Amino acid sequence: MSKGMIRNLLQRDARADRVVPPTGYTAHLTLFVSGAMAFLAVFALALSLASGRLADRWASELAGAATLRINAPADQLAAQTEAALAVLGQTPGVASARALTTEEQAALLSPWFGPDLPLDTLPIPQLIEIIEGDPGLDATGLRLRLGAEVPGAVLDDHTRWREPLVDAAMSLRRLGWVSILLIGVATAAMITLAANASLAANAQIIEVLRLVGARDSFIARAFVRRFTYRAFFGAVVGVLLGMTGVLLLPEASDEGGFLTGLGFQGAGWLLPALIPVLGAAVAFLATWTAASRKLKELS
Amino acid sequence: MIELENVSYTYGGGELLSNVSLQLQPGSFHFLTGPSGAGKTTLLKLCYGALLPTSGRLNAFEQDVAGLDRDHMALLRRRIGVVHQDCRFLDHMTVSENVALPLMVSGQAETAKREDLSELLSWVGLGARLDAHPPELSGGERQRAALARAVILSPDVVLADEPTGNVDWEMSQRLLRLLVELNKMGKTVLIATHDLSLIRAAKSQVQARVLRISQRQVQLAGADL
Repeated sequence: MSKGMIRNLLQRDARADRVVPPTGYTAHLTLFVSGAMAFLAVFALALSLASGRLADRWASELAGAATLRINAPADQLAAQTEAALAVLGQTPGVASARALTTEEQAALLSPWFGPDLPLDTLPIPQLIEIIEGDPGLDATGLRLRLGAEVPGAVLDDHTRWREPLVDAAMSLRRLGWVSILLIGVATAAMITLAANASLAANAQIIEVLRLVGARDSFIARAFVRRFTYRAFFGAVVGVLLGMTGVLLLPEASDEGGFLTGLGFQGAGWLLPALIPVLGAAVAFLATWTAASRKLKELS
Repeated sequence: MIELENVSYTYGGGELLSNVSLQLQPGSFHFLTGPSGAGKTTLLKLCYGALLPTSGRLNAFEQDVAGLDRDHMALLRRRIGVVHQDCRFLDHMTVSENVALPLMVSGQAETAKREDLSELLSWVGLGARLDAHPPELSGGERQRAALARAVILSPDVVLADEPTGNVDWEMSQRLLRLLVELNKMGKTVLIATHDLSLIRAAKSQVQARVLRISQRQVQLAGADL
C-alpha cells in the first residue's frame, strides 16, 4: 500500500462517502468498541509506565546502597563497629559509611514495636549504612575481609530482595504492554467483524457501484474512511474518559505505595494522545483488509 | 465493438445459452426479443461482463472479457451504459446523485457541472426531479433516470433490459425516442424486450436489427415482426 493510496483513502470526499448509507448498528459498534478499548488502553498504559518507574526507582535506589549489621555482645559492639568502619574506609567502591545513631535505629523499629521501645535494654545490633561509589563495591571480597577482621559483621547488599522486587515491577510493566497489544488486537478483530457486517449489509450497493464502473479501491475507500474516522472519534472520547479516571486517582504518596502512583508523570501525560491515532491506524488496516477480502468474495 | 463467438452459458447444471454468436457493430441498433426466461437478460449480462461465458469467446472493445481483472472490468463498464429492468438505484441518494454516480466512481465528479447534469435530466424529462429520491419516482421516471445514468459517461454502447416493462405506451414511446436519439449520436444500442409493438414502432424511426432468442440460440428475426 503506497503513501499516495493511504492519503487518498483518508482524504475526505463527502460525495463519495455518501454512497454507503450512514446509519447502521456497525457505526455504533465501532464507536463503542474503539471508545471502550481506548479507555482500557489508558489504564494499561498508566500501569505500564508506573511499573516502569517503580522498577527503575527500586533498581537505582537499592543498587547504590548496602547495610552492614554488627551482631556482637554489648561490650564488643563499639569496638567491632569501629573496626568495620575502618575496613569500609579502606574498601574500594565505598563512597561513604556511617553507623546509624540510636535515634535512627529506634525510628526504623518503631513501626513494628511502637515508639516507646526501650532500645537501651535490648540487644539490638548496630547498623552501618554504606553508600556505594562508582564502580560499586566487591561484596564477596568485602565479606571475606569482614569475616576475618569483624566476626560479628553481616553484609546485606540488598540483592536478596531487590532483584525479586525489580523483577516483579518489570513483569508488571510487561503485562501492561501485553495488555495494550491485546487491546489493539481485540479492537482490530471487532472492527473487522463490524466492517464485514457492514460490507455484507451493503452488498446490493456494492453491486450497483460495480455496475456503474466503480473500482474496488473506490468502494473500499468509502468503507475504510468511515470506519477509520469512527474509530478515531470513539478513541478520543475513550481517552478523555480514561484520563479523567486517572486524574481522579489519589496522588502518589509514600503511605499509599504503588497503588497511589498509578498515573502519568511529566511527558507521560502526552502518551495517551497517541491512542486515538493508533486506534485509527488499527481500524484503517482492519477495514482495508476486510474490504479487500470481502470485495474479492463478492466478485 | 462487442463480439460473442460460440458463447455458451450454463447455470445450475442447465444450459441457458448455447453457441451464441453475435456482433454489435459501432453505431448499430439492435432489438433482442424472445419470451420471458429465454435468456435475454443473461445475454445482456454477458455483454457487460456481469456474467462470464462457460465456453466460447467474448470480446469487448478488442479485449477478451474473460481475461480482465476487476479493475479492468470496471473500466470496461464505464464504456457500456446499462439500463436495468429494476433500475438499481441507491435509494438514500437523490436522483441527481444517482445519475451522477458513474461520474463519481470514475473520478470526474469534480469537473462535472451541475448545469450539465440538469441538462441531461431535462433531456429525459426529469429536470424538476433533481432532488427527489428514487422511491418517490414513478415507473417511467425511474426508467428515464436509469437511462440518464447509463449515458452520463457518454458510453460507446447502451444496453437496455426491458426499459419499457413497467411503463405505459406513451412513456415507452418517449423512452424509445431517447434511445433512437442516442443511436443517432453514434451510440450502439441493444434493447432486450418482449414487447413486439415497441419493435414495430421503432421501424419507422431507426434501421434496427431484430434478434430473437429461441431454444438457447440467437437468430435473426423474420419479417413477421
